[in-house]
Amino acid sequence: MSGLRRAAAELLLGELRAHPWPALVGVLAIAIGVAMGYAVQLINQAALAEFSRTVNSLMGNADIEIRGPRTGFAESLYPRIARLSDVVVASPVVEAEAWVPQHKQALKLVGIDVFQAAQVTPGLIGRPSSPRLANLDLLGTDTVFLSPTALASLDLKPGDALTVQVGLRPVTLRIAGALPALGEGLHLGVMDIGAAQWRLDRLGHLQRIDVRLRPGVDAAAFAETLNAQLPAGVIASTPQDTRQGTASLSRAYRVNLNVLALVALFTGAFLVFSSQALSVLRRRSQLALLRALGVTRSGLLRLVLTEGALFGALGALLGLALGYVLAALVLRYAGGDLGGGYFDGVRPTVHFDAESALLFFALGLSAAVLGSAAPAGEAARAQPARALKAGDEEAALAKLRPPWSGLVVVAIGMALTQAGPVSGLPVFGYLAIALLLVGAIMLMPWLAHSVFSRLPASQRAVFHLAYARLAGAPGRAAIGLAGILASFSLMAAMVIMVASFRQSVDDWLQAILPAQLYLRASPGGDAGYFSEAAQRIIASTPGVARAEFSRVSQVLLDARRPPVTLIARQIDARQPGRRLPLVGAALTLVPGDPPAVWVSEAMVDLYGFRTGRLIALPLAGRSVTFVVAGVWRDYARQYGTVALSRDDYRALTGDTHVSDAALWLAPGAGPAQIAERLRHRLAGGDNVQYVQPGEIHVASMKIFDRSFAITYLLETVAVLVGVFGIGASFSAQALARSREFGVLRHLGVTRRQIGAMLALEGALLALLGVTAGLGLGWCIALILIQVVNPQSFHWTMSVHMPWLLLVQLAAALVVAAALTALASGRRAMSAGAVHAVREDW
Amino acid sequence: MKHYFTLLSGLAIFAALAAQALRASPPTYPPVEPGRSLHFPRDHGAHPDYRTEWWYVTGWLHTDSGAPLGFQLTFFRSRPPLDEANPSRFAPKQLLFAHVALSDPATGHLQYDQRGARIGFGLADAITADTAVSIDGWLLRRGVDGTYFATLAAQGFALELALQPTQASLLQGENGYSRKGPRPEQASFYYSLPQLTVSGTVTRRGKPERVNGTAWLDHEWASAPLAVEATGWDWVGLNLDDGGALMALRIRGKDGGTYWAGGSWRAADGSTHPLPPDSIAFHPLRHWRSPHTGTDYPVAMRVQAGGLHLDLAPLMDDQELDSRATTGAVYWEGAVTAHSAGRTIGRGYLELTGYAGRLVY
Repeated sequence: MSGLRRAAAELLLGELRAHPWPALVGVLAIAIGVAMGYAVQLINQAALAEFSRTVNSLMGNADIEIRGPRTGFAESLYPRIARLSDVVVASPVVEAEAWVPQHKQALKLVGIDVFQAAQVTPGLIGRPSSPRLANLDLLGTDTVFLSPTALASLDLKPGDALTVQVGLRPVTLRIAGALPALGEGLHLGVMDIGAAQWRLDRLGHLQRIDVRLRPGVDAAAFAETLNAQLPAGVIASTPQDTRQGTASLSRAYRVNLNVLALVALFTGAFLVFSSQALSVLRRRSQLALLRALGVTRSGLLRLVLTEGALFGALGALLGLALGYVLAALVLRYAGGDLGGGYFDGVRPTVHFDAESALLFFALGLSAAVLGSAAPAGEAARAQPARALKAGDEEAALAKLRPPWSGLVVVAIGMALTQAGPVSGLPVFGYLAIALLLVGAIMLMPWLAHSVFSRLPASQRAVFHLAYARLAGAPGRAAIGLAGILASFSLMAAMVIMVASFRQSVDDWLQAILPAQLYLRASPGGDAGYFSEAAQRIIASTPGVARAEFSRVSQVLLDARRPPVTLIARQIDARQPGRRLPLVGAALTLVPGDPPAVWVSEAMVDLYGFRTGRLIALPLAGRSVTFVVAGVWRDYARQYGTVALSRDDYRALTGDTHVSDAALWLAPGAGPAQIAERLRHRLAGGDNVQYVQPGEIHVASMKIFDRSFAITYLLETVAVLVGVFGIGASFSAQALARSREFGVLRHLGVTRRQIGAMLALEGALLALLGVTAGLGLGWCIALILIQVVNPQSFHWTMSVHMPWLLLVQLAAALVVAAALTALASGRRAMSAGAVHAVREDW
Repeated sequence: MKHYFTLLSGLAIFAALAAQALRASPPTYPPVEPGRSLHFPRDHGAHPDYRTEWWYVTGWLHTDSGAPLGFQLTFFRSRPPLDEANPSRFAPKQLLFAHVALSDPATGHLQYDQRGARIGFGLADAITADTAVSIDGWLLRRGVDGTYFATLAAQGFALELALQPTQASLLQGENGYSRKGPRPEQASFYYSLPQLTVSGTVTRRGKPERVNGTAWLDHEWASAPLAVEATGWDWVGLNLDDGGALMALRIRGKDGGTYWAGGSWRAADGSTHPLPPDSIAFHPLRHWRSPHTGTDYPVAMRVQAGGLHLDLAPLMDDQELDSRATTGAVYWEGAVTAHSAGRTIGRGYLELTGYAGRLVY
């Protein structure tokens, strides 16, 4: 038996030596799928772990965290909480995200009461660098303690001065020491709470209260009871809620990336399938010989499956290594948010994770084994006696299924598009896409037969031969057709979806940037603002025809969801569409209506804020009733945005500060000139960020393209699949048809003509595949646009067909298919006509 | 003298240095000068202008079964040398700290707990009209009839005590002006209430027990820091069995010798006798090394104070309090009995500071 095994191994290696490319491409595709999936997993795990560590350091051993809007809540809540009988410690916290102009980055500043924080968040107690003033520095009015990461990234050391921007003013603090307990990855500074309130313009307000409860008190139940008594917009939650919220932040994004990875794996499986199908076909007589020599049917099955498993293992291992490197690179250069902007201020590093490595290895392996299963079965089923003779190959692929099963699968797929999301994920949308794909592939042989048999007869020999061939043996063309269909439909779907999204974002940017110059009080963070005086100066600057100010902040509506963005800006209630890119009709307000809000699409999905509904929003600690007057598109914020008139906001909150300004310029005034003028007129005008809509536009589109870069990689993989599908299919046919070619040659058909025939067959097959693929791709794109995107990210977009690109891609694929078919045929033809005909004997 | 900088070391000692470090001007503290007479009940209350202040109660208790217990409870107030222009309600203009300790020979080591807070929001407060100082539920307050009430629920034990004065206030030094060094500004306002009758409840391991006993209360406030030449001090306050009371302290210099000393003796007939520096002497009789910090403390002392010659014996050796977690100091504060000529003549507390290294940051 060992001799046999050696013979089998020899056979395998010989085949691999003779035709390494198909196998290698299969291995590579699996590697790409595994690499992508593993990298996404690693990056996300690293980011989540880091974020969770952040939450742990910031919350310490708190049982309950009380949070409110970004602008904070009244400090009078603190003694109320501290006096509750179940509360052991209440630690008040002030937070601000301040811009550090010198280093062009934002720094989170946390103000704590050391006496309380020592018992809840000891990690936030600074270690003074000067021993003599130790305790004083912890309470200092101008002292700050920086985390090691902040010290490193700001390139500062204890004793140095740190200047941050508050309003438009610089505030200089002294770095009194470090926060060694925080370790790596956390970018923040800690001050005394009194100093923070004073220096960072947070007087009277707190951002958070961390609470430790009496042992034995059920934190979740306590939070629930407490929530009923807290001011509107202030929410008590357990650390678990916070962590859960963190994990769900990026979940939809992550799942979508993982689906892309699965697509890559699927294509890998398909490539392994086509290369194995071909090589089984090619080795039919050798495999039959093995059978004749005593290898059992199951032995043969195992042999071919083992081959597939080896490819899979190779691909998966390669993929794991690639994935690790990819993750490390991404984390190093792009941060942990996968380009999605979810984990600000977190700088994680990659750690090998055995569990998910095993998972993705298994996925890669199973993809390859699955791909080999059909060819292995085919090889095992063959009768050795028949298979040993040449010319038996046709039987292997001559199957034509009726269309019903395929139609049923497609119908189920269509039906699934109507289903809603499963815990915020478009599970059924993806399932629908998979079913459509599978159904369409199942329909292909039937479609090929129906189309090709109806082709008009041609007088020219080459065309006649090609038509006859295609109409006669559509089953044989199945692999190639399926490959083209799958690849082109996926490619087309992604191209259509990305183009639609891109165009929609483009239109959206035009709509939300109507002014000529935009001012932001500070390039980052939330500590910068324009005071009323500054607003007056801006509005009265010569050359400024009109100035509109907006206040962007965040409110908390649900502890388990990320905060909702609140934008107070000038909105004309009669014409809200002039400032907001509305979706659908806006409500016409009548006197007596409550104040209006216009909400982003996410608010409708997540909170049910439909047009016309009365809703309650927490403002300045009170619950205020608004009417939803319209829904608008917001591609910038996934978790919901509420826009309201600035007059209403000011009247309800008394908050006069604004964070942004939009300027319409007088005729003849240039944006650069006005920016220069403001720099001089405004105290602290140098700290203001001046941007023109064009710059925002370019930067936004750049970000867009970057976040979709990964889809381009997948499109490349898809093209590969298509081309190799054709290649495998025609190689198989060429093998099977070497006798046919021989006979044709004997009949006087030239090599050129046979080549032309093959190329034509390839082109026709590809054309059919591409046409069907375009239709399927359009359907899939619609599902992506109308089901997957809204369910994952809560935004809609309009469909834009990039016809030129699609036609170019289609043409390229058809040409590539023709060339591939030609190339595959050449080898079969090179054997020589005589030899080919004689092979039968 | 008491924990002059035991707890507030960083906050209190280096005011001058701190003032240099801060661009903003620190508060100016009123000096402690002789000739100011104390007025009660106003002077039972807090003196927030002064840099440091404390109310310090130590005493011996016995349960109904007769088992002896020592207790210490202290509230400290500090006005740190920080910029007081901060309009924030959280501005740390006044800080409060509290220590509470229980010496139970059955346990063998000191049980203690500590708290700190900035005054504000009604959660931590020290009023000026009379003694009423609290941190988040820990409370020492003087009733209209002069009885003090102390409530402190600590980690592992709780005290609920009423302390009734039996004598008039014992004004230390010259009518409450108590010198702490050779320079006149090295002084504090200081009075004591010896021979307080204690009744109340001590709760250990969730079990409340009735207790009775005798205690000593000190109230002291000052502005000047301790002399830089000093490393620490030894202090003793004794309720004598004959109804008299003795306070003696010496500030140790860096050479281990006496930098300053003082005290007062109230005789059984109520007559009060200030003790001049040269009439005080402390001689260690036995040292105990703390297994917690490795510090050697002279836990048994021979004290000479005026005409009194006393041998002090601790209720138990391990009465060390480590407050480094919150305020930084390690010291020994223990219940002692006083013997003279072979018989017990009184009980009180001995305080030993600066033995774990100079109380300096």
